[in-house]
Amino acid sequence: MEKKVGVLALQGGVSEHIDLLKEIENVSPIPVKKAEQIPGLDALIIPGGESTTIGKLLKKYDMIDAIKELKHRNKPIWGTCAGLILLADKIENKDMIHLGLIEITVKRNAFGSQLDSFITKKIIPAVSPEPVELVFIRAPIITAVGEDVRILAKIEDKIVAAEKDNILVTSFHPELTDNPTFHQYFINKIIH
Amino acid sequence: MTEQIEERYRVNKNLAQMLKGGVIMDVTTPEEAKIAEEAGAVAVMALERVPADIRKKGGVARMSDPKMIKEIVEAVSIPVMAKVRIGHFVEAQILEAIGIDYIDESEVLTPADEEFHIDKWAFKIPFVCGARNLGEALRRIGEGAAMIRTKGEAGTGNVVEAVRHLRTVNSQIKRLTNLGNEELMTEAKNLQAPYDLVKYVAEKGKLPVVNFAAGGIATPADAALMMQLGADGVFVGSGIFKSGNPEKRARAIVEATTHFDDPDILARVSEDLGEPMSGLDIREIPAEQKLAERGW
Repeated sequence: MEKKVGVLALQGGVSEHIDLLKEIENVSPIPVKKAEQIPGLDALIIPGGESTTIGKLLKKYDMIDAIKELKHRNKPIWGTCAGLILLADKIENKDMIHLGLIEITVKRNAFGSQLDSFITKKIIPAVSPEPVELVFIRAPIITAVGEDVRILAKIEDKIVAAEKDNILVTSFHPELTDNPTFHQYFINKIIH
Repeated sequence: MTEQIEERYRVNKNLAQMLKGGVIMDVTTPEEAKIAEEAGAVAVMALERVPADIRKKGGVARMSDPKMIKEIVEAVSIPVMAKVRIGHFVEAQILEAIGIDYIDESEVLTPADEEFHIDKWAFKIPFVCGARNLGEALRRIGEGAAMIRTKGEAGTGNVVEAVRHLRTVNSQIKRLTNLGNEELMTEAKNLQAPYDLVKYVAEKGKLPVVNFAAGGIATPADAALMMQLGADGVFVGSGIFKSGNPEKRARAIVEATTHFDDPDILARVSEDLGEPMSGLDIREIPAEQKLAERGW
């Protein structure tokens, strides 16, 4: 049966995720703008964009509890860049958090301004034996992880991808490449 | 193009992609920047005067004081953009040195060069440029712009020119997709646009960069109109801080941009916003005062 994979569509790089999901068999990507769409999903992607903007709209449109409920039912959730910030349970220099679904501490704009955005290639053993392209746009990093949070990738000494249970976070943007490997890795979490 | 310039251009286009579905707001002080961020803006445009005041004041409008721009960078965590005069590459060098996130080579300021736009390939920092039609958009992209905004007529609170420019770009794109390969060189000549970019648009049916709408957007309905017409997002200049209740209007425009296709939400957010900015009839603006005519 086709798996319904939601892409939170409040703001940001939504169509990029949807285009890559279309390349994976038995996946039906769905842009999600309303809380009532969330319970029927098999998985959810929170895309890159501006975390303050998306965070405010999540709250305003009562979507926070619906997403937490998805986690309780063990449905996979993946946040890229802004999505990582929204899923974190601690944000440096900020009192507030958004969803708090994974025990990581996040530093926003950790590399600097747009002038410090960059692309690199790296093998992430958990995901693929081939090197994958990692695109960092005003990217955050993970500065601390809780118990049982598995670190998937580091750039120098900075943590840029991690997972725990069915929550996956990446500070880079696999949706800005034409390679669906990372999306396939995420989709495999539904089946298992 | 060297690999380095290619990669830089790609991440610069990528940042614009992350702004999609969002509202970029003009702000003149750190306080306004915080209000904009709090309302859900995806970025702010730091400038000394909003276009409506530039229009009123007359004289030469230039890049803002770097001190004021730096204060705004300090005040918010969202990306900060600032404007330079068309062709003024030294103003652009200064903004790149400050380390802001995006430069708008803008017709709202008084052009510094009446023949040439900035060679944007010479910079690391991304540029957004205005366009009234597809040819103008592709010329700017050919010069290295990583994002386009349709010009509209800034500082008028009148959306009619924004609609005209976006509809023009869209219909010219549609036309290109119906042409045969043998017709594209002549079409490139007619559009006065680089052939490789004309070919890209003909094949893909879209611009190679993100395209926001700008110039005259004053209400949530205006923002949703531009989104329904196919804009990737909107710039709101004078429309917010020249209105009666900027906080509330800013929030409403953010919600309208996300839920542009839901009339029930649009009706709710449009309620009770106080006085909008007062508008100008485009037909009453003398030709020499039309900002959109600047640039080529």
